[in-house]
Amino acid sequence: MIKYLFERDTWQEVLGSMSKNKLRTGITMIGVWWGILLLIALLGSAKGMENSFNKFFGDFATNSVFIWGQNTSRPFQGFQEGRRVELTLSDAKRIEENITGVEFVVPRNQNQAQVIKGTQSANFSIAGDFPLLDLVQKKKMINGRFLNTSDIENKRKVAVITIDTYEQLFDKDEQAVGQIVKINNSNFTVIGVIEEDQFDNNNIHIPFTTFQQMYNLGEKIGWLMVTGKSEYNIKQIEEDTKLLLRNMNNIHPKDQRAFGSFNLGKEFGKLTGFLKGMQFLTWFVGIATLIAGVFAIGNILLITVKERTKEIGVRRALGATPFEIKRQIVTEAVFLTMISGLLGIITGGWILIAIDAMFGQGLDATLVNASVPISVVFLALMILVALGTVIGLIPAFKATSVRPIQALREE
Amino acid sequence: MLSIKNLHKSYPIGDSQLHVLKGINLEVEQGEMVAIMGSSGSGKSTLLNIIGILDEADSGTYTLDDVPIKDLNEKKAAVYRNKFLGFVFQSFNLINYKNALENVALPLYYQGMARKERLQHARFHLEKVGLLNWATHLPSELSGGQKQRVAIARALAAEPKLLLADEPTGALDSATSHEIMAFLQELNDEGKTLLIVTHEEEIAAMTKRVIRLKDGVIIEDKKIKQHRVKAHV
Repeated sequence: MIKYLFERDTWQEVLGSMSKNKLRTGITMIGVWWGILLLIALLGSAKGMENSFNKFFGDFATNSVFIWGQNTSRPFQGFQEGRRVELTLSDAKRIEENITGVEFVVPRNQNQAQVIKGTQSANFSIAGDFPLLDLVQKKKMINGRFLNTSDIENKRKVAVITIDTYEQLFDKDEQAVGQIVKINNSNFTVIGVIEEDQFDNNNIHIPFTTFQQMYNLGEKIGWLMVTGKSEYNIKQIEEDTKLLLRNMNNIHPKDQRAFGSFNLGKEFGKLTGFLKGMQFLTWFVGIATLIAGVFAIGNILLITVKERTKEIGVRRALGATPFEIKRQIVTEAVFLTMISGLLGIITGGWILIAIDAMFGQGLDATLVNASVPISVVFLALMILVALGTVIGLIPAFKATSVRPIQALREE
Repeated sequence: MLSIKNLHKSYPIGDSQLHVLKGINLEVEQGEMVAIMGSSGSGKSTLLNIIGILDEADSGTYTLDDVPIKDLNEKKAAVYRNKFLGFVFQSFNLINYKNALENVALPLYYQGMARKERLQHARFHLEKVGLLNWATHLPSELSGGQKQRVAIARALAAEPKLLLADEPTGALDSATSHEIMAFLQELNDEGKTLLIVTHEEEIAAMTKRVIRLKDGVIIEDKKIKQHRVKAHV
């Protein structure tokens, strides 16, 4: 059998009958070629979309929920409804101690402030942060360092600014770290420059304690971010946390409006679900197209077998065994699927390259690194060859089930 | 060399059976040149198909070169066809995307002969039919007579014991027919056994023995004096 595959005659027979039937060869090849091309282009694009989502979220702790105080909507224990609820640092501490599954609790404050640097002056959003923020929302440092515990303890007047802020306040190529900027008329030393972050619109980060002092906030915090350990359900953590907060702040246990929240984990879950669904759809569509293509091959082979009944009859009269006839037809089918499959893989690759050139460049690319793993490509090729064999067998059996005498009578 | 005893064959037609061959007895010796004659429906084609192992008899025995031909599976039948028999058809049945040489070499391919050797054999046989210069031509580029000569070369390529020709001149004009018959006579002179199915008396007269079939039985079987034809190519 191996010898058969390497014989010149084998291929002469296959190529001979293929080139004789150029139209059917062409049509069949287009069928499979299109199927595999679609599969690769779709899978690659889906992968690219997934990559771009992953890049978008980056190192951001997606299993997290943001919580802030609002106004109560029910009277409770002598308090009127409509009372303003404000979170405090002790709330944060209690959450960390009492809620199971919590990984980090990150309290934050933010405000607008006027910032002056030399003759430049502008309003910026300024945040009072703990170094912990860097763990849940990775800050990409361009220069210098992020806030540390010593800054917090000593209430240092230091600031980490984003790159956009830097560009507004500083001259091009000017060294920012070590420079002084005026925030609400106090001098702050810039200690670091970070990249912009889609999830954090603050321009300047200063130590939490410094912020407290500057705005005279006492224990109050603007909002907090709770991240859950990956094995815990962030929805449950959100519920538990809110219940605890209501208990601690004399709020009716069923008061749903006292605390506002945004559950990123839940939203992210929807998104990954969507991605999974899309990937499934891609596979489904791709494989269905592929099967359709292979069936087209089978169909056309079957038609040509009918056309070639006479030729097959002659071959059998000349001493071809049914096995040899089947072998040739199957070889033709497999060869056709293989070649067109490979062409599909190649052109699919080109399409991915084109997609990458069109949508995959720049920071906010819609499709990042649209690609298909080589294992998937091989799997697809294997499926093709297997289907090609099976589909080739149908006309092959059809061809040999006709007795040669009948075949020769066909006019 | 060929022995047929009490051969019967019927074909189903709807619910009934059409009894085509009703007890054929036939002996053919090595080196004979036999014409099988009969009007259409006499059963001559069926007989040829059974002799050619393209079809099977319902009852009776058929022995070819001392080998009983019975209950063969397709694979065995293919091997016997290849080894014992050479076919020449009325419509030539050349494979139209193969050139003359490749067509002649095809039976040898199915014998498993190596390519080089095969083409050498094929060239030899093509030269025998005088068409070596046309080796690389496709059937569509050949005349009817040339096509039939290529077909004869193909039938001879595997050195068969028996050459079966089904109306070999049926599609040819009379001059070409004579040319083909002259060639078949030459082959017979060299010792080949030939069985020719025809409905033309003129062609039958060029053989050495005429068997007449009617309604599935042999009504006449006689040796005749061969009318020699000269090829005027």
